Amino acid sequence: MIKRIKIGTGSCGLAAGAAEVYDFFKANITNIDIIGVGCIGHCYAEPLIEVETDQGSVFFEKVEPRQAFLDKILNLEESPRLALRPERSNRELIKVTRLAGRIDPISIDEYFDNGGYNALKKAVTMQPIDVVNEVKTSGLRGRGGAGFTTGMKWGFLHAQKTTEKVLICNADEGDPGAFMDRSMMESVPHQILEGMLITAHATGATQIFIYCRAEYPLAIKHLKIAIKQIIEHGLNKINGRDITIKIKEGAGAFVCGEETAMIHSLEGSRGTPRFRPPYPTDSGFKGLPTMINNVETFANIPIIINEGGEEFAKVGTENSKGTKLFALAGDLKYPGLVEVPMGITLAEVVYEIGGVEKGSIKAVQIGGPSGGCIPFDHFDVQIDYDSLKSLGAIMGSGGLIFIGNNRCMVETARYFLDFTARESCGKCTFCRVGTKRMLETLEIITAGKGHLEDIQFLQDLGQKIIKGSLCGLGQSAPNPVLTTLRYYRNEYEQHVNNKQCDALVCNALVSVYLDQDKCIECGLCIKNCPVNAISDDYVVNNEVCTRCNSCIEVCPKNAIERIVGGNVSA
Amino acid sequence: MSAPNAAFKYLEKERSNLIKALQQVQEIEGFISDEAVHNISDYFSIPPVEVEGVLSFYAQFKREKPGNYIISVCDGTACHIKGASLVANWISDDLGIKDGETDEEGLFSLVTVACLGCCSLAPVVSVNGKIFGNLDRRKLLKVLKQYKQMG
Repeated sequence: MIKRIKIGTGSCGLAAGAAEVYDFFKANITNIDIIGVGCIGHCYAEPLIEVETDQGSVFFEKVEPRQAFLDKILNLEESPRLALRPERSNRELIKVTRLAGRIDPISIDEYFDNGGYNALKKAVTMQPIDVVNEVKTSGLRGRGGAGFTTGMKWGFLHAQKTTEKVLICNADEGDPGAFMDRSMMESVPHQILEGMLITAHATGATQIFIYCRAEYPLAIKHLKIAIKQIIEHGLNKINGRDITIKIKEGAGAFVCGEETAMIHSLEGSRGTPRFRPPYPTDSGFKGLPTMINNVETFANIPIIINEGGEEFAKVGTENSKGTKLFALAGDLKYPGLVEVPMGITLAEVVYEIGGVEKGSIKAVQIGGPSGGCIPFDHFDVQIDYDSLKSLGAIMGSGGLIFIGNNRCMVETARYFLDFTARESCGKCTFCRVGTKRMLETLEIITAGKGHLEDIQFLQDLGQKIIKGSLCGLGQSAPNPVLTTLRYYRNEYEQHVNNKQCDALVCNALVSVYLDQDKCIECGLCIKNCPVNAISDDYVVNNEVCTRCNSCIEVCPKNAIERIVGGNVSA
Repeated sequence: MSAPNAAFKYLEKERSNLIKALQQVQEIEGFISDEAVHNISDYFSIPPVEVEGVLSFYAQFKREKPGNYIISVCDGTACHIKGASLVANWISDDLGIKDGETDEEGLFSLVTVACLGCCSLAPVVSVNGKIFGNLDRRKLLKVLKQYKQMG
């Protein structure tokens, strides 16, 4: 018997058409409860439906708002069921995301029914310092990027003697390609709030701010509802004091992910970082002792309190404990969100969970614009903070971008530098001017006008930017270039020496060719060319062509392709 | 048009609410006008130049009136390697506007943004917040046509 139908209506579900499915099911089923839930991580299968029956749950994938789908689902037919691949499920370790996508995100009662706020109840019976020590024992390290030991940071704030202390949740997930925090906030806002309230008890914090990207409206909406419910239930009363919880929306500045920049932004100023010390735990928001933790870090806290730090530390490697969420995207079969134990190899994540065939991708980019590219022959690396660092990459927040064989590494590096050059706040000269010079050099190389000295220049300047920058943005901005130079120097040399982009990505180094033998003269390419570069007798004028791919996309016979060789003079 | 004052007068007159006030104004007006800068400056007793300094720092704030439909092309990492720059070109070709521009009728504005967080559906664009994913050229032109017809 069907008890309830749950439709994944997180941001990515909605983008895949979940709202239409939800409306259709709501309008056509009256006797069964239908609710919208967050994300269970199988983004490739959206829109996704979970049917709760008295025999357990059944999942359906790629559901459409049509009667045929509705009938199949109500009859629990075999198709279109979501096949839970053992390659993935055998490697997952679901702890932090246990409730994500499984419960109504905006129902506090449902969170209670699933053990919600038990950890908070337990924590408030403990001495604050014991809670801090429990987190120290767990070995949890910050999930936002740098990987600082969480318990140690808590200890710093705990030791402050002021009556007012500030706690900030860093929900400004700015790394392009990362969406773990968004998904958690949309799916289980109460879990994050519970983590924050426990932290407030342990450290003596009296005010909480959640600094969230404005680009995440659904996450903000769910958090607001959850905060209201917390106050109604009096859960924000810790040690006899009401903890204030406020949401602050970020305004689109990547550098605000840096602690001191975020504090400036919260104070209503330009989000520029400042020199440390004093560290925020000594003097932060308006001079008060302040501590910033990431969304995923907070989501781990209730688990640590419930099962104990020692139990938590059983998962993972010596210096990296617990599980980690990764957002998989790019050139892979099964993009989505996955929670795996620390210490799993990158190869397992790429080939088994991602469903990528060996030999079909050349690298993954980990850690966003601050991270680095890891080439396929290093995929046997263990995923932990230190192993990744030894390869020149960083754990970062957990974005994993799969880079297929048909992508150009020089262009990818140029992309990241374009991002960091734009996001540099301008305070440090090496970051402000250096990233711009690096970007210009990369643009020269991708335009086929580079020289061998340019490669050396990138290497040297990269090192100087790392040394000459105050905050993490500048200190890590050259990483994408330095790692691609380390592992894919041949691609740089190919661009410079032979004026060739083998991946056929760099527009200046490719031509567009129409194979007349395959052509059926249907005229679609001529009609769709925005610059009239294709003649009536089906010849492409590469002088006029902008390489926009419109003709390639519309050709029904695949008669048009990009070929090596542009018209560049060095 | 209502006075830009109305949007933020319930906020406490405290510096840390400055960004919130700017966001409120933009939410209602679609952009931050000179008038709004002055009103906010008066309200918080912060010099206009400092208000300008803060708002120019953050990518979210617009100083010019955008079109009815704001098309945001996601150029996050996943979208980028899946062809975000082609997507932006196709839109430019179809609507005759480049990144950061608004068409003459005031119907469409085109902006490139860092990441919309729907990486598994790359490449994506959003139109006034509604997300369209797994785009190829045909799908994209269909979306644009829809909005043109709505006017």
